[in-house]
Amino acid sequence: MPQQVPRLIAVFVIAIGTLVLARRFLVPETFGEFGHYRGAAVDSIAARPVKFAGRQACAPCHGSIDAQRLAGHHRDLACEICHGPAASHASAPLSGKPEIRRERALCLLCHAFDPSRPTGFPQVDSVTHNTRIPCMTCHAPHAPEPPVTPRECSACHGGIDRQKAVSHHATLRCTTCHDAPESHRQNPRAVLPTKPTDRAFCGGCHSGMPPGGLIPQVDLERHGQPYLCWQCHYPHFPEAGI
Amino acid sequence: MSDAGMDRRAFVGDLVAACLAAGGPVLLGVVRMAEAQGTDPGAYDASEHYYGIGIDVAKCIGCARCVAACKIENDVPLEPTYFNTWIERYVLRTNGDVEVESPNGGLDGFPPIRREGEVLRTFFVPKLCNHCANPPCVQVCPVGATFITRDGVVLVDDSYCIGCRYCIQACPYGARYMHPEKHVADKCTFCYHRLVKGLVPACVEVCPTNARVFGEVEKRVTPLARFLRFNDIQVLKPNLNTQPKAYYANLDGEVR
Ligand code: HEC
Ligand code: HEC
Ligand code: HEC
Ligand code: HEC
Ligand code: HEC
Ligand code: HEC
Ligand code: HEC
Ligand code: HEC
Repeated sequence: MPQQVPRLIAVFVIAIGTLVLARRFLVPETFGEFGHYRGAAVDSIAARPVKFAGRQACAPCHGSIDAQRLAGHHRDLACEICHGPAASHASAPLSGKPEIRRERALCLLCHAFDPSRPTGFPQVDSVTHNTRIPCMTCHAPHAPEPPVTPRECSACHGGIDRQKAVSHHATLRCTTCHDAPESHRQNPRAVLPTKPTDRAFCGGCHSGMPPGGLIPQVDLERHGQPYLCWQCHYPHFPEAGI
Repeated sequence: MSDAGMDRRAFVGDLVAACLAAGGPVLLGVVRMAEAQGTDPGAYDASEHYYGIGIDVAKCIGCARCVAACKIENDVPLEPTYFNTWIERYVLRTNGDVEVESPNGGLDGFPPIRREGEVLRTFFVPKLCNHCANPPCVQVCPVGATFITRDGVVLVDDSYCIGCRYCIQACPYGARYMHPEKHVADKCTFCYHRLVKGLVPACVEVCPTNARVFGEVEKRVTPLARFLRFNDIQVLKPNLNTQPKAYYANLDGEVR
């Protein structure tokens, strides 16, 4: 064997050895485990904390609310859309409560009228749809329904019902102002419901309460005297121009 | 002669040393691999899954709850340039113009549409990383810091990324950005940390109209498989042969 061959072999072996060593220290341990990347990166990404617990997580403790939601129009809404991320609450319920947002803006995120939304999605004009009242007064957030007058009145008084439904008196049931006996529905002309008779009736809600509440207040002694309230205001649509 | 003998002895010594140097780590590696494979067998098995997402444009109401939830779940910076997912509003005009807007990803709502009389059609399109099966971003990464997992998710190894921005340039969907604090590329992970726990991504979790459908691409029993069978499916920029796994239903031809 010529003298230079073993020397060359030695040089090669040392070079390869150094390379292998360098690779050992420079290439991360799990590189190439599954492909051209660090296998351990997958585990570290998988270990990030979860913040949204998921819609299945709430039912074991809030069963009745969940059942309500599943039966209503909001069946596809996760609890955490409205209550924020609640994974920490779900694992330790007493250590922190999820937020409860009661303002109209929450509902309007989805229900404000927007021409880009798909047709058929229920939307309201936020400027005219019962502006002063929180949405929850009329629609339960967990099972919202457009409030309806009991069918027993709207069947025959549809016009009044539809008018009242969009008025500021929408929350008031017909029977708040009219005592309607059962027999009125069988024999409407013979048995008539009562109607309010005096100013004090309307005053029951519209005077004597601290100002700043939801119901606008007037001075019963002076406002509109000596007339009956409904000589100026139509009771089924009280905000109509006078 | 004696010189040569010395050399031979020295050489044998070198050889043994080199063999030890080279073979030692290999042996160590083999031992480590064996250990790694032995870990808890009941846990999540990536090779059993292959994920994709379906998006029904006709159902999106543009409420951007997905954008909000994604930012929280993944600690995405709140500034309006960083999004793993975002909502675009398309306005097609009667004269053929197309306007696309996404102010703050849709988080703060959208401004009223100007010249309403000239609107032909308008709708929302949710966007996110397409988790391509043939992703240009992975091809350009010089160090192997971005990759496809065995379950089909494109991820970034944030402790290995060198922040060169090639992948951000390469992505045809604009789905990547430079994380301002970590100084590495960041993007949608399909909420990989949720998937391994059997949860769906946060954006899918909070979508109120089921406009987003998540699941397995190939198995026939998941909601996504059903979605793919019952809808006319399009993908974004099919001509680039990126083979996206974000499947759009009811997508208008104008959407890019
Ligand atoms: C382990 C049982 C448990 C789970 C799981 C759970 N909760 Fe609760 N939750 C409670 C209890 C108990 C309270 C009452 C806490 C109190 O009054 O201090 C509560 C209260 C609440 C409240 C009311 C807070 C208030 O201010 O009154 C909300 C909203 C709520 N939970 C939402 C959720 C959501 C959303 C989930 C699912 C992600 C969830 N919870 C999961 C036990 C649970
Ligand atoms: C559309 C938004 C929305 C969704 C979805 C929603 N909530 Fe609520 N939730 C509210 C609002 C608004 C209130 C406050 C109601 C009030 O003050 O009358 C509330 C109140 C609560 C309360 C405290 C008061 C009460 O009624 O006991 C709990 C607990 C609660 N929600 C749990 C849940 C759980 C669990 C889910 C999922 C099954 C859920 N919520 C889904 C909006 C929502
Ligand atoms: C994240 C979006 C979202 C939020 C927030 C939201 N909703 Fe809804 N709401 C929906 C969806 C989706 C439906 C079902 C629409 C359908 O059936 O096509 C719905 C249905 C309704 C309906 C029934 C309308 C009808 O006639 O079909 C009412 C009423 C309603 N929501 C009220 C509210 C109120 C009040 C709030 C605030 C507490 C609220 N929503 C918050 C998404 C939302
Ligand atoms: C004073 C009671 C009242 C308040 C407050 C109220 N609504 Fe309504 N809402 C109604 C009535 C009555 C209807 C059904 C009549 C109608 O369609 O206009 C209705 C209908 C709806 C519908 C269904 C529309 C459709 O096309 O099917 C939605 C959605 C709705 N409301 C959302 C809201 C939201 C969101 C808020 C808060 C911003 C709100 N409502 C506040 C009384 C109310
Ligand atoms: C079967 C149809 C029918 C039903 C149901 C019905 N009404 Fe009537 N109601 C009538 C008719 C018809 C009149 C008109 C009588 C007249 O013009 O002399 C009337 C008159 C009235 C009057 C006016 C009485 C007056 O002195 O002028 C009131 C108030 C009234 N209804 C309230 C109600 C209420 C509240 C309900 C629901 C509990 C109701 N009605 C259900 C048919 C009906
Ligand atoms: C805020 C109280 C109030 C409510 C709520 C109310 N009404 Fe009346 N309603 C009156 C008053 C006051 C009159 C008498 C008006 C008059 O005599 O000019 C009246 C009159 C009527 C009349 C007689 C015809 C008319 O238009 O004057 C009918 C019918 C009637 N109401 C039906 C209804 C029905 C049906 C509902 C429910 C959808 C209803 N009312 C809800 C206060 C109310
Ligand atoms: C059960 C309580 C109650 C009774 C009884 C009642 N109201 Fe009201 N009234 C309300 C509420 C609630 C509002 C709505 C406040 C709002 O929307 O901001 C309102 C609003 C009004 C308004 C203001 C409309 C506007 O411009 O915003 C007038 C006017 C009015 N009512 C007149 C009457 C008259 C007249 C009567 C007697 C026939 C009457 N109310 C009986 C509760 C009542
Ligand atoms: C002579 C006609 C007249 C009579 C009668 C009358 N009002 Fe009014 N009412 C008005 C006018 C006009 C306004 C608008 C005043 C304004 O905007 O400042 C008004 C406003 C109101 C408001 C709205 C106040 C607000 O802050 O928005 C209420 C509530 C109200 N009236 C209740 C009543 C009640 C209850 C009665 C019966 C006790 C009554 N009105 C009788 C003419 C009348």
